[in-house]
Amino acid sequence: MAAAESSASRRGLARLRSTGPAGIASAAVIAVATFAALFGPLLAPYDPDLPNLSLSWAGPAGGHLLGYDFEGRDVLSRLAAGAQSSLLGPLVVVILSVTAGTLLAVTAAWRRGVSDTAISSGLNIVFAFPGILLAVLAAAIFGAGLPAAAIALSIAYLPYVARVLRGAALKERGQPYIAALEVQGAPATAICLRHVVPNIGPLIVAQATILFGYAMVDLAAISYLGLGVQPPTANWGVMISENQDGLLLGHPLPAVAAGICIVTVVIAVNVLGERLFEQAQAPRR
Amino acid sequence: MTRGRFVARRLVLLAASLLVASFVIFAALYLAPGTPLAALSGGQPLPPGSVQVLEQRYHLNESFLAQYWYWLVNALHGNLGISITLRENVSTLIASRIWTTAGLVLYATLIIVVLGIGLGIVSGLRSGPLDTSVLVVTAVSAAIPAFVAAIALIMVFAVKLGWFPALGNGTSFLSNVRHFTLPAIALAVASLAIVARVTRAAVRAEGDREHVQTAVSRGIPARYVIQRHILRNAAIPITTITGITTASLIAVAAVVEVAFSLNGLGAYLVQAAESKDIAVVQGISLLLVTAFVVVNLLTDLICAALDPRLALRDSPR
Repeated sequence: MAAAESSASRRGLARLRSTGPAGIASAAVIAVATFAALFGPLLAPYDPDLPNLSLSWAGPAGGHLLGYDFEGRDVLSRLAAGAQSSLLGPLVVVILSVTAGTLLAVTAAWRRGVSDTAISSGLNIVFAFPGILLAVLAAAIFGAGLPAAAIALSIAYLPYVARVLRGAALKERGQPYIAALEVQGAPATAICLRHVVPNIGPLIVAQATILFGYAMVDLAAISYLGLGVQPPTANWGVMISENQDGLLLGHPLPAVAAGICIVTVVIAVNVLGERLFEQAQAPRR
Repeated sequence: MTRGRFVARRLVLLAASLLVASFVIFAALYLAPGTPLAALSGGQPLPPGSVQVLEQRYHLNESFLAQYWYWLVNALHGNLGISITLRENVSTLIASRIWTTAGLVLYATLIIVVLGIGLGIVSGLRSGPLDTSVLVVTAVSAAIPAFVAAIALIMVFAVKLGWFPALGNGTSFLSNVRHFTLPAIALAVASLAIVARVTRAAVRAEGDREHVQTAVSRGIPARYVIQRHILRNAAIPITTITGITTASLIAVAAVVEVAFSLNGLGAYLVQAAESKDIAVVQGISLLLVTAFVVVNLLTDLICAALDPRLALRDSPR
């Protein structure tokens, strides 16, 4: 936490304070998760991929706080190592779909007319494909794996991102200062990049945060189905599916621990996203 | 725009987006690596005679657009081709699984409508400890993915308490209800929370409006104020969010079916994607996309019926 606080800008810190205790707790969870995603494999006390069948399903004992999984691997180490693929995937999805969504939304709002109609109808077609279905289709075409699933989800989320941002960009487009800049002969790209995008920035950040939660749930689900991250790579979704037999055998800990990791991070992201959304929607000036 | 024209326009849009979606589904899987012939033969070399027969039967020599056309026309007649792994009609395979998925989604929708909207209305109408706990519980449960809910439910209600079976379909209607209860709850958990939160916010917003406070101050009984003024106006956002979340269940059902080893369309789709059984993937995708789009259309139509101004405002661009 200390490191995160000193590096955060004063304005960011003030904004974080204004989100209340739940907001601060969420930020703390996200900081820990980010740390685990960056350094998880180094933090893991034992080799997360080393099986030892004689220890399969063994409970917590001496230094192995969460016991062993179905193949006798240390659960805590796999959770730490699994943070990477569990959090990096959603991050890629968010970056791709928010970047493309902003681009489409601002273009549609700026040019209106035919471009707007074309973009909106294109997005309406994408809207017919639920995220998980598109990811399953991608797996059928390109084979199972994280990249195909991440790209499929980025496309599936586009309509949701673009719809909200287009509305905000349209509102911004109608502001008098934009007309003033146009009269002064400022190029359209410059106005969009320097004024429109920064002014809808808070909304973009809020959207990205909320989207991260959705992407994390959907990607974990796809990995759980066996179409995303492939075992033996450690991943929270994969850990639930490979240890699910433990539920019926009386060793629920490995699957449940991975489930708790997912839910905790998603709650934190949702709470933060909701607060950011409220702030972005609050009247400005 | 009159109501009739509004419905007609929506139906045309629906047909258009389904046509494009069907093209996307066909084209994407057509471009997938591997020839259909290899898929049909299971990768084994075939004598030239049977190659010719197969090419003729499946129109493999014709252009891409012609093949799409054959596929679409056949699909509209209920013929979705043959599964290469099970050697059976895709339509037959779908028919034997569709009720599992439909039953699961309907059961979950029922839970969402009763509990989600119910909790939202109750906590929206009065603040207090109940409202606070609804807020906290829904914040948590909105973040629970269906498969995490599934393992938690199996652990508690199937293994520890033994109230419900952990896996598989039932044999009769009543045993199916028992078998589907945990899966339906797992499917409903996150959406239920979202519906409850949106309902609560909508009821709150309507309750704060001036005409409602006027009605209260005129001494109109609370029951009438709630029914005629608050719920009547809050019905639009509530219907919209219920429709959107219900539509999303159609795809998420796959995850729940796998978690509970249910023999449904989603689980079969995942299996077919793994084994590259293209005809099955195409058929089920087309069906799920259709269901998804139709539920969204119905939501729009119900909203327009609740508030005719929505249909009037909806002008063609």
